[in-house]
Amino acid sequence: MALTTPESLTPASTAVRETTAATRSTSPRRSRYARPSAGSQHKRKSVLLTAVMVVFLIYSLLPLFWLFVGSTKTQASLLNSFGLWFSGDFALFDNIAQTLTYDGGVFVRWLGNTLLYVVIGAGGATFLAALGGYGLAKFNFPGKKAVFAVVLGAVAIPGTALAVPTFLMFSQLGLTNTPWAVILPSLISPFGLYLIWTYALDSVPTEVLEAARMDGAGEIRTFFTISLRLLAPGLVTVLLFSIVGTWNNYFLPLIMLSEPTWYPLTVGLNQWNQQAQTVGGDVIYNLVITGSLITIIPIVVAFLFLQRYWQSGLAAGSVKA
Amino acid sequence: MTTLSHHPAAGSATRTQRRQKRDWTGWQFVGPFMVVFAVVLIAPVIYSVYLSLYKDQLVGGNSFVGFANYAHALSDPKLWESLGRVTLFLAVQVPIMLALALFAALAIDSARLHLSPLFRIAIFLPYAVPAVVATLMWGFMYGTQFGLVGNLNDFFGITIPSPLSGTWVLASIGNIVTWEFVGYNMILFYAALRVIPADLYEAAELDGAGTFRIIRSIKFPALRPAMVIGAIFSIIGSFQLFNEPSILRSLAPNAISTFFSPNMYAYNLSFSGQQYNYSATIAIIVGLLTASIAYIVQITGTRKEV
Repeated sequence: MALTTPESLTPASTAVRETTAATRSTSPRRSRYARPSAGSQHKRKSVLLTAVMVVFLIYSLLPLFWLFVGSTKTQASLLNSFGLWFSGDFALFDNIAQTLTYDGGVFVRWLGNTLLYVVIGAGGATFLAALGGYGLAKFNFPGKKAVFAVVLGAVAIPGTALAVPTFLMFSQLGLTNTPWAVILPSLISPFGLYLIWTYALDSVPTEVLEAARMDGAGEIRTFFTISLRLLAPGLVTVLLFSIVGTWNNYFLPLIMLSEPTWYPLTVGLNQWNQQAQTVGGDVIYNLVITGSLITIIPIVVAFLFLQRYWQSGLAAGSVKA
Repeated sequence: MTTLSHHPAAGSATRTQRRQKRDWTGWQFVGPFMVVFAVVLIAPVIYSVYLSLYKDQLVGGNSFVGFANYAHALSDPKLWESLGRVTLFLAVQVPIMLALALFAALAIDSARLHLSPLFRIAIFLPYAVPAVVATLMWGFMYGTQFGLVGNLNDFFGITIPSPLSGTWVLASIGNIVTWEFVGYNMILFYAALRVIPADLYEAAELDGAGTFRIIRSIKFPALRPAMVIGAIFSIIGSFQLFNEPSILRSLAPNAISTFFSPNMYAYNLSFSGQQYNYSATIAIIVGLLTASIAYIVQITGTRKEV
């Protein structure tokens, strides 16, 4: 979000921001979110309910624990020790070093590709959704209803249903086997557009825009200096979901890319797995497992640190619809 | 940029929107999205419709065949088998997952749970894990050779049926999908519960309503829109089933066919069979089917609300 927001504001727009802050803090939406859990703090805690939820928690975390334990084992002890506990030498750092250097460091290359797709794809998707959602929320223009109908209709089309035709089209345009084949489709997030639209309706007061126009600010300038700041929490949410979507994308790069040079981590990992299954292939389960662990760590960290944003994003989506 | 002259006076919030009838300013903002949207969504849809009406033959080359591909698809047992499989998956996995998510959401919202934020974060965490990694982890754990199932068999001297065998593989995939998305749906429901005004609970408690009465009369109605959304996303997800079976196939090649799900069928027709026209036809049929079922769920889900 900080990418496009200038740090310095004109005095006029600072005043505008203060009035906005005042109106927002009294809005019903704010105060509703601020209430404590379920409004019934005096209830006694239930041990039984907690116990049932512990089972749930174990189910959710067990595979991740298994993955961590697995990545500390050598290829040999992976095959002949109990999966859920440590055994033999603690080989985590060996495994990481091997993962990063195997086959001329191709894993590092895949990591770099993934970062490229995430920065341009998810960043671009958030930017386009911010512009579009804001435009839909704050302007009336010819064709607005058609835009809504087309975009909402597109949400129902399965992404994978379009994959084959998109591939054929891109191959005619000479785009397959290039990063653009992965980035371009990632740039569109109908969900993000919808989310920014609902968010902008509430959090960018039209009076503020009117005031900016009175001060002689152009629409684009107003967007970058004022509106983008008001939209910031919504933007972080859209960015987070786009990052997860792009980081975890498998199907699209699988069909678009035939050479490992441009693979993201997901496709690369599965290629290693298939190689291990092939008769005569180099058996590198320890690298598949360690590589998987390295793949999920950044995204899990991002999730834990930005959790209040994904929650508010889902709240906006579910309450409005 | 151009609107300055359009605003002689700052009016009420609604006046601007009413007055800007022929104002194209909004397109400055919506335009970039729509251009990319046209390239990556609208154009492929049109292209796939075009593909589905043609056939590439050895003799005669590319020729218009009308709806012949569709007629062929509707009598294709492989398509029906894959559709039947995802329908079964949908009918069993989605209700289980949504019920679990509902239970978890009610539990963490109930204020009766110790360490409620911990549960919320931990159960949602798998959503961040890529489908590839989730499938590889579970796939290895399912293994009877060096996976957990193998460990259990060795330890207890028993033979658990392999989760990767033909009879169990669909259930095993259901488990992976549930693991990935139960937390997402839980958060969706939890978010809907959080916006119930506190005075509603206070009023209910004054009237002497118990926990289950409050769940039935206040929480369930408030949850309905979120449940419709969760159901629609899950239906779309089920019909699109691809990542999990296609990755698991390298671990269980005999249990998972090339036409396990409609999407795998379309994919394999294109990339192993070069039958692009027929593959596009399958994709359109599945897309239409998914969209209409999602639409029906939305209609019935919102009608009951009234």
